[in-house]
Amino acid sequence: MLEIKNLHVELEEEGKQILKGVDLTVDAGKVHAIMGPNGSGKSTLSYVLSGRDGYQVTAGSATLLGEDLLEMEPEERAAAGMFLAFQYPVEIPGVGNMTFLRTAVNSQRKARGEEEMSATDFLKSVRAKAKSLKIDADMLKRPVNVGFSGGEKKRNEILQMAMLEPKLCILDETDSGLDVDAMKLVSEGVNALRDAGRGFLVITHYQRLLDHIKPDVVHIMANGRMVTSGGPELALEVEKNGYADILKETA
Amino acid sequence: MALPKYKADATQERLSHVSRPVGGFSEAARRDALSRVENLGLPTRRDEYWKYTRPETLVEVDAPPAARLVTDEAPIFSDLECLKVVFVDGVYDADASDALDLEGIEIHRLADAPDLLWARDIYGVLETRGQAPVARPLASLNTACATDGVLIRVTQTPRKPISLIYRHVSETSDAMLHHCIKIEPQASVTILETGPAAARFNACMEVEVAANAQCHHIRMQGRDHERRTVSHIFARLCEASTFKTFTLTANGVLTRNEVVVELTGDGGVAHVAGACLGDGAFHHDDTVFITHDAENCESRQVFKKVLRNGAVGVFQGKILVKAGAQKTDGYQISQSLLLDDDSQFLAKPELEIYADDVVCSHGSTSGAIDETALFYLRARGIDRGTATDLMTIAFVAEAVAEVEDVALQDEITDLVENWLLRRREP
Repeated sequence: MLEIKNLHVELEEEGKQILKGVDLTVDAGKVHAIMGPNGSGKSTLSYVLSGRDGYQVTAGSATLLGEDLLEMEPEERAAAGMFLAFQYPVEIPGVGNMTFLRTAVNSQRKARGEEEMSATDFLKSVRAKAKSLKIDADMLKRPVNVGFSGGEKKRNEILQMAMLEPKLCILDETDSGLDVDAMKLVSEGVNALRDAGRGFLVITHYQRLLDHIKPDVVHIMANGRMVTSGGPELALEVEKNGYADILKETA
Repeated sequence: MALPKYKADATQERLSHVSRPVGGFSEAARRDALSRVENLGLPTRRDEYWKYTRPETLVEVDAPPAARLVTDEAPIFSDLECLKVVFVDGVYDADASDALDLEGIEIHRLADAPDLLWARDIYGVLETRGQAPVARPLASLNTACATDGVLIRVTQTPRKPISLIYRHVSETSDAMLHHCIKIEPQASVTILETGPAAARFNACMEVEVAANAQCHHIRMQGRDHERRTVSHIFARLCEASTFKTFTLTANGVLTRNEVVVELTGDGGVAHVAGACLGDGAFHHDDTVFITHDAENCESRQVFKKVLRNGAVGVFQGKILVKAGAQKTDGYQISQSLLLDDDSQFLAKPELEIYADDVVCSHGSTSGAIDETALFYLRARGIDRGTATDLMTIAFVAEAVAEVEDVALQDEITDLVENWLLRRREP
């Protein structure tokens, strides 16, 4: 589903190379986790895939279901099925959460040549999904993420994911800033979305999240590339011994 | 003090080319106003108060022509039930207007009003009070020369708003309208003003809000690109009264809106708000002066400007808190959203406080669309144009929220949205 080959990326302004040949394949129905020390390029990978400005791809490719992601605008990537759950969801004063969600859902449908969702269907759908994430009516009415707690922001990300039904979901340190209960709630939301047609890329520092969202494959990223991959046991090893041993072995 | 010759000459030149109505209850007030114009002199670009806005085209003898906007859109608020009073190029149109008859109000056309004691106490009186400490000679010119307008006395809350509709027909029309409004104790009224009025429009409104009375004023200035407007609102607020005014300005080559509010009774509330949308040849100036001269009064100024393609926005806002005006709560915010590098926002916020137990805050910002928020919206599938518009509408929302009626708010937001949509890059 997602195919990344030899991806090289540098920061546009400083010319500093961040990704130095990333190779990664995520198949539909699978959950891949990426772990790695600070500064290894995990978040950069998520931004480059979702189309944020400020990065220059100098070599390599990234495709989603055969389509060249790197040629597309961020909104086109979203319509093609890409979803990034932000590490720091952005507050947008004055834009109501409902307006935002409805505009997003219908923009994507329009871009794909599908019929827009009626106001009634949308409302029904959003209410049901919000309920399972314990998002109350007040949160839906408020401006996007404004005054939300850390946990509320992350739940709001998962609500968007549930409404937009993407093909590939990238979770960028979704566990950061979450207490145990919130992590459980968010993980349940993610697990409810797991199905045969959808791939996940879960970026995290901690094994903890992977207890809730069980990965099929774990990758270790360091210094701008994937250094090793394995099953869920790899995450446990990191938790126990840190990165030093793994990085030494692969050096 | 004698005026400098260039100023005296320009003033005389203009005065020699305007006709002044004679007779009627306002005769003496008009004569006084004329001598105020002669003493103050009409504004020139050397005046400090006109530092950011060039007054020449508002002063010169002939109004620069302005093409009419051709549109098949229904004017804003046209579905709203209200008492319609229509002016065409500054002249009252009886056929297009509703009968001047509504329970709770007395309403007269200025041009043929009887001698009304209450109107004598307002016409030119509030304007004169507003001449210090800063001169507003174009308002005196209006008092002296306005040919039409309405006098409204609100004795009980009417069941519907009064809608003053200004149509622009002639490309060279030069109109002056003067309105006096008095709201008696306990009564409440909503006054709407919509339309471009003329190629050049000089508007003056004097409002007296009695104790415990309320006045809600909502204005949409016409979208004709080449129109020029100078407007003055003089409001005097008595004890526990409320005056709220909101103006939306989309287009217009030159607009100067002055609002002068005097809080003279304890517990008064004055909100002055505005949003403007400018694209290209657009210069919009909000000049506000609020005087707190009583205790426990609240004033709010909320101004939002959306500027693109070299449009210019100006804000001069002052809060004057006189000695003894304790427990004043004053707030002032003026912000611009610059959609490109060519546009400009010039702001001069001022506070002058002589009481020691007050809360006054002010802020002014100028900025572009937040790129981080823009990316967030785009990453959810919302295209750049729609995302920018959503954020622009959100930017003006704080000013629009000053309109209390939610249905009117929605109509205003629709107008903003349509204005932005017409400018969407394909």
